[in-house]
Amino acid sequence: MRIILCSVFMFFLFPLNIWADGINVGLQLEPPNLDPTSGAAAAIDEVVYGNIFEGLVRIDQNGEVIPGLALFWELSSDGKSYIFHLAEGVRFHDGTDFTADDVRFSFDRARAANSTNAKKYIFAPIANIDIFDDYTIMITLDRAHPDFLFNIGLGDAVIVASESAATNAINPIGTGPFRFKRWVRGDRIELIKNNTYWGAQARLDWATFKIITDPLSAYTAMMAGDIDTFPNYPAPENLFLFDRDPAFEVVVGLTAGETILATNNKKTPFDNILVRKAIAHAINRKELIDGAMFGNAQAIGTHFAPNHPDYVDLTALYPYDLNKARGYLREAGFPNGFKASLKLPPPIYARRTGELVANQLSRVGIHLEIENMEWAQWIDQVLRNRNYDLTVVSHVEPMDINIYANPNYYFGYDNADFQKIISDIDKNGNAAGRAALYKEAQRKIAEDAVNGFLFQLGKYGVWKRGVKGMWRNYPIRSNDLRDVYIEDNG
Amino acid sequence: MKLPLNFIIGAILTTIFLCMALLSLVWTPYDVTALEIADKFQAPNIDHWFGTDHFGRDVFSMIMIGARNAVMVSLVAVGIGMLFGVPLGLYAAAARMNGGNLIDEILMRGNDLIFAFPSLLMAIMITAVFGPGAINAIIAIGIFNIPVFARMTRGGALGLWSREYIMAARVCGKGSMRISFEHILPNIANILIVQATIQFSIAIIAEASLSYVGLGTQPPDPSLGRMLNEAQTMIFFAPWLAFVPGGAIVTMVLGLNLMGDGLRDILDPKLRQRKAREMEASNAAS
Repeated sequence: MRIILCSVFMFFLFPLNIWADGINVGLQLEPPNLDPTSGAAAAIDEVVYGNIFEGLVRIDQNGEVIPGLALFWELSSDGKSYIFHLAEGVRFHDGTDFTADDVRFSFDRARAANSTNAKKYIFAPIANIDIFDDYTIMITLDRAHPDFLFNIGLGDAVIVASESAATNAINPIGTGPFRFKRWVRGDRIELIKNNTYWGAQARLDWATFKIITDPLSAYTAMMAGDIDTFPNYPAPENLFLFDRDPAFEVVVGLTAGETILATNNKKTPFDNILVRKAIAHAINRKELIDGAMFGNAQAIGTHFAPNHPDYVDLTALYPYDLNKARGYLREAGFPNGFKASLKLPPPIYARRTGELVANQLSRVGIHLEIENMEWAQWIDQVLRNRNYDLTVVSHVEPMDINIYANPNYYFGYDNADFQKIISDIDKNGNAAGRAALYKEAQRKIAEDAVNGFLFQLGKYGVWKRGVKGMWRNYPIRSNDLRDVYIEDNG
Repeated sequence: MKLPLNFIIGAILTTIFLCMALLSLVWTPYDVTALEIADKFQAPNIDHWFGTDHFGRDVFSMIMIGARNAVMVSLVAVGIGMLFGVPLGLYAAAARMNGGNLIDEILMRGNDLIFAFPSLLMAIMITAVFGPGAINAIIAIGIFNIPVFARMTRGGALGLWSREYIMAARVCGKGSMRISFEHILPNIANILIVQATIQFSIAIIAEASLSYVGLGTQPPDPSLGRMLNEAQTMIFFAPWLAFVPGGAIVTMVLGLNLMGDGLRDILDPKLRQRKAREMEASNAAS
């Protein structure tokens, strides 16, 4: 009898022990597919980057480039040729071998004319790919591109196998420490540990990404224990509730998301720099951060991440000053202000910031009519067709100041001086020289008040106390779980 | 005549909200367009009866204006429903009584078609095409109200067409249009008024639902539905932000429904007689 009881107990206890070695990760947006090389959605990388797929190099939580499938590399003295030495004995999750051919296949696929890669510019400088042997490959660029190494660490440049590339969208096959198990659409994506991983094994046996769109459900799921960690918790107003609860840990980090009041520089009256300066002076960043983000964000004065070493603090360039704003408006010929529209995408930060911005600008007579819209409408009207006056949005791509050099981008900022700075950066192989140019670029767009530069979006990490190894920052959108473990606190 | 209790309670609640809504046209305790972030999340107190929200706005002032927006949207929407629905119903009934069965069928089946779509779905459809906003919410709720009134009017009118006094009017040579408006309409006015009260309360819920999903009144205009939506994530530390607008919606709708019920008791003589008879019967039984 005792033995039976014991085994019944064992039956219940044993699986509990096994299941404790996994983690449930909260995710607000469901990825449209699981192939990072053929979609721009950040949610794809949030699931697969570093977990299922790996690139030649990896980007860590501080934004540094570290070895990935390439254990080390050599750069020629002219800065044009990289020789990558690849890890040996690496297998894709379907058992096929990883060799230099896969690298060439991945890069050729990404830069092909019919490629659907969202960042084809990464591969544009590649002039030649030479395979020396199965584990040595040389990539030659048309000229020195110091950003190249960082760029091939992005999710868009992960290495895929020719055998499985076509079906990665629904059944991702990579080389990472986790393998894909299943995807229950609208609910969860399950990963399990890759026991044959070539590098240091993951410490978790499984990881399940649970899709929780509604911020209120996110709160209750955390409180109920259904979720162990929410890498980017969607409602900053609730952070203090977790913070004062000893069962949870709150870690506020930074994302690469510059939140801006994007302005249609081609449309009157915003084509007038005086009007843009007036708007810049009418914006009260502190009020925005306190009101919309509940104090959990960092003010920015230009389009650059404040934790980057080359960042210049330009928040004092156009301080909050209603008299100056009114003065510029008078000078521009709008002594009584004007009316314009403000189109807002769905995220809560955009809606709240937008409402506050509209209120702030109304103090100088600029009356904004708020139009809330869904992402599809926003992308169609604002991003694609530039049919807008103002909008609030966060640009989450790392190091994306170069978007201001594209006159056809939705800002409509067409400035030869700025474009020259960006092309100089591109050509300059010298780190100090590039840093100086980046600073010049930041000043240029700030002085021209191209957009209203508001704040850097925070990364609001909330997890159960004892969960270790989660990323603090989002230099790129990734929840790399290889080093995550749950500390046994009895 | 003694007024029924439900009517009295309903009328009081409705009057309170109507007064608040009207008062908000000229005065609110605080300016809801002035955001004072420093005053955010104040629990209800002497200065702010219903507390303040995440932007430091006075919730009581927002409720007043929100109620006004809801009342205006609902009034116009029910108005649209009656303006189109009642004549449609009268016409359909008159057509059927004068041999135009086909016209009646076409009209009423068309009505059924509109009626088949749930009101919220239809509202989402309309706002998706024309964009969100108070005006489009009014149109959406108004269109939904047309078949309600058309059916009600037609049903009531058909019953009257066979009455003697209508026959008399027909014998006198009155046209069906004149009969409809001079004899039928006054006699079904009571059920229409009752229905209008009920529809009014449904319209308030519809407006709140549309605003809740972001398709109704747009910010910065306060609306009860959007206040509820925004309060969702804050309910754990600022519960008044959810309970106050929620309570306001419930009270308004309850008031209108009670008043509608009471009105029906007052205006429908047959129901009154039946109730009296039931009373007598139960008295006799006991």
